[in-house]
Amino acid sequence: MTAALAFQGVDVTYRAGGEDRRVLRDLNLAIAPGEAYGLVGESGCGKSTAAFAAVRYLARNGQVSRGQILVDGQNIAGLSPRELRQLRSHKVAMVYQDPSRALNPSLRIGRQMAEVFEVSEGLTGKPAFDRAEAMLARVQIASPDRVMTAYPHELSGGMQQRVVIAMALSINPTLLILDEPTTALDATVEAEIVALIAELRREFSTALLFISHNLNLIARTCERVGVLYAGELVEEGPTAAVIGDPRHPYTAGLLRSVPRPGLNKATARLDTIPGSPPPAGAMPVGCIFADRCPIATDRCRAEAPPLADLGSRLSRCFYPEQAADLSPSSLRHSRRSLSSGSPKARPVGGNDEERDGRPVLQATNLSKIFSAGDKILHAVNNISVDLHKGETLGIVGESGSGKSTLARLIVGLIPPTEGAISLDTEHLAAKATRRSSSQLNMLQMIFQNPGAALNRSKTIRRIIGAPSEERLRALAHDVRLADTVLNQKPRQLSGGMQQRVAIARAFAGEPEIVICDEPTSALDVSVQAAILNLLADLQAERGVSYLFISHDLNIVHYLADRIAVLYLGRLVEIGPTEAIFSGPRHPYTEALLAAADPDRARLKGDPPSATDPPPGCAFQTRCPRKIGRICEEQEPELIDAGGEHAIRCHIPATELNEPRPIQE
Amino acid sequence: MRRPPTLIAGLAILGLWIAAALLGRHLTPHDPYADDLLHTLTPPSGTHWFGTDQLGRDVFSRVIVGARDILIVTPLATLLGVVAGTILGLFTGYLRGAFDAVAGRIIEAMQAVPLVIVALLALAAVGTSNLTVILVIGLVFMPLIARTVRTAVLAEADLDYVAAAQLRGDGPLRIMFGEILPNVLPLVLVEATVRFGYAIFFVASLSFLGFGIQPPSPDWGLAIAENYSLIGSYWWVVMFDVLATASLVLGVNLTADGLQTVFER
Repeated sequence: MTAALAFQGVDVTYRAGGEDRRVLRDLNLAIAPGEAYGLVGESGCGKSTAAFAAVRYLARNGQVSRGQILVDGQNIAGLSPRELRQLRSHKVAMVYQDPSRALNPSLRIGRQMAEVFEVSEGLTGKPAFDRAEAMLARVQIASPDRVMTAYPHELSGGMQQRVVIAMALSINPTLLILDEPTTALDATVEAEIVALIAELRREFSTALLFISHNLNLIARTCERVGVLYAGELVEEGPTAAVIGDPRHPYTAGLLRSVPRPGLNKATARLDTIPGSPPPAGAMPVGCIFADRCPIATDRCRAEAPPLADLGSRLSRCFYPEQAADLSPSSLRHSRRSLSSGSPKARPVGGNDEERDGRPVLQATNLSKIFSAGDKILHAVNNISVDLHKGETLGIVGESGSGKSTLARLIVGLIPPTEGAISLDTEHLAAKATRRSSSQLNMLQMIFQNPGAALNRSKTIRRIIGAPSEERLRALAHDVRLADTVLNQKPRQLSGGMQQRVAIARAFAGEPEIVICDEPTSALDVSVQAAILNLLADLQAERGVSYLFISHDLNIVHYLADRIAVLYLGRLVEIGPTEAIFSGPRHPYTEALLAAADPDRARLKGDPPSATDPPPGCAFQTRCPRKIGRICEEQEPELIDAGGEHAIRCHIPATELNEPRPIQE
Repeated sequence: MRRPPTLIAGLAILGLWIAAALLGRHLTPHDPYADDLLHTLTPPSGTHWFGTDQLGRDVFSRVIVGARDILIVTPLATLLGVVAGTILGLFTGYLRGAFDAVAGRIIEAMQAVPLVIVALLALAAVGTSNLTVILVIGLVFMPLIARTVRTAVLAEADLDYVAAAQLRGDGPLRIMFGEILPNVLPLVLVEATVRFGYAIFFVASLSFLGFGIQPPSPDWGLAIAENYSLIGSYWWVVMFDVLATASLVLGVNLTADGLQTVFER
């Protein structure tokens, strides 16, 4: 049987700075027709390079320097420009990370969709449009006729990605390449898209190359998975086997870095992969992972292991059996961490005796209204939160829920329309520029994208801006930055190192409160774990309070003592972490939790536009437990569910507690 | 780092003209001011490489010396425009609000009128001298540069390092000049070289119209103005000044292009 896609001993090199750097080395893989193959790895490992090489669309300075790539048995290196176009228009389709950039912003969806049929099947006029509309219906778009006449910007991200997938499937391709198709989307929307992909696979006989940094997504969609590290395939096998029982230390490390449900900062440290990946084009003598491997021996450093066949699977490790012992499932029985020391219990702030005092931060009835023309956006709608010494308040919600606006209101980067903020009972001015320097020092912020949050023209030393050299070195030490880094510029550092610099800057003025706005969402999982450990350590040492914004409930579970859930700018639930995870909880919180779990009901549709919120309860348009007219007419109050836990729902807390099967 | 060939070519042309401007009389085979009424309008030859003009003056020598005034006036005018424009761009882009709105409208109003007309009116009012030409061109360029810088500043101001600086308590001046300016400086440098090219054209045009560099300075624009009626029979009295102007502008533009490539890496 001819493979839909085959890489045979492929090297890809990029020419940069006068040197050839090999970013893929000796890649061998074959995807059978109709098979779903996942390619997983961290940023810079060569995943996307492999995808682009498969359609001969490498950047100008990149080339396949060895081996060959076959699509449906055809060597793509030898194709003429015409044949290459034919390949791309009939056999291979690609879906990228950001759907808004894959669609032409100035053409209606119908026009763009019809174009596919015009090119691939020679249809014109109405038949092409009819086919386009039918295709939209197949990707479960509820009202295809409306979407056909819409421009891309009128659709939500999830809807745009459905259109892109519809477009890709329109040619009924032999091979569909999905390059991080849900990374730019919210968790609830991601769950929908992943379910859609899984369903479409049954319908179309398309082979799938699914590229992701997220092993759990691959687990839900693919039969086989390959793990790439620094351009080498280090492990390959059936998805369940690789994820449930890895045979390479890197795979095991990746799996352990992800905060697992139920893990908490008080009881355990997160596992990390020490060190950082080798630079592109590095050519170590031994195993490429040896420097970071907990079980590496002298042999690993002297000799490169081959991709060994272990029956139904492959591993590029001399000691696959020892690697198996590193997997999270085997750790569950004996909690012994090999990479970053033993799981120490941290002294935890925010516990009962410390909670008696007044809160260090109090935000009361905060509202922010943005207006543009005749549109009014209630980004934050009458939210009150407080924060006690040494505690972490997690803030969760989808994009557009007002999380980041709330953070910026509190630190004073944007002034609230209404409401007041006080710090240690002292009233704070609305704008940061009006606050005293001691107030500014006490309330600091860590931003989502460290690359943008550090001034690229300054040295790390100047960015941290410590008052003395001694203090600077102490800070660098506290965030585990080497002194040599201090004279470098941000672009010389990896994302994780940049975020450490940002953390050092936030802690330079001995803050009492640090607002963390998705500080790890731009980072790889192994780096994320290290940053979360660092934040938890700093909190244990200094008793700082965090307002921690995240869309990842497992992270919030790990770090937060209390959680606030936002929806369309409203606080829909707030309470102690354990209370929220054990329930009762708001139907929306329920849906957020379900999004991470393939076996549970998913939320349908996108959040309504914040400029035009529904009447009554903001969540009623998507709520699987809507009880009737009251939800449409009356906004529920935040009702106490006992023990500082409050839920904004018409359904009494006792009933919310009952697990209820939800009919699809 | 390898330098792009455009940068090398541009800097080479520019270097030649700067050498001509600095050394001037030391390079010329004849006195550029000396009349020779017996040999007027002689075509290019071994003695007079570029021929002679209506008064018998050596055109080659006058082209060499002609580099001086234009290379004094245009860099200073550009510098004035760039410095003032960058400051204005930083203020309008970072402070936004009413100041930006007012300054923005004034800039747009200025751009609605051809720049040469604005400059001519201004020079007619204050009188023509090298100093007034510098001031007028600098002020005419200022809003153009301000607008480019403002756009870049708007993008920078949205980045979180600016928010972090605000949370550290830095004032607006410190944020504009300490945080944002270093990041827009490469753009300013490229913009400055592009403007320098325009300035050369501008001064040549003003001299041609009699409002730029004044006689008896052997300026290229001036020479073109004095001689262009003769171009039908005596092409050399105009052509070499035209080529000189064009090559200088080309040199500057190649440099600008090369710098842009370097900064984009």
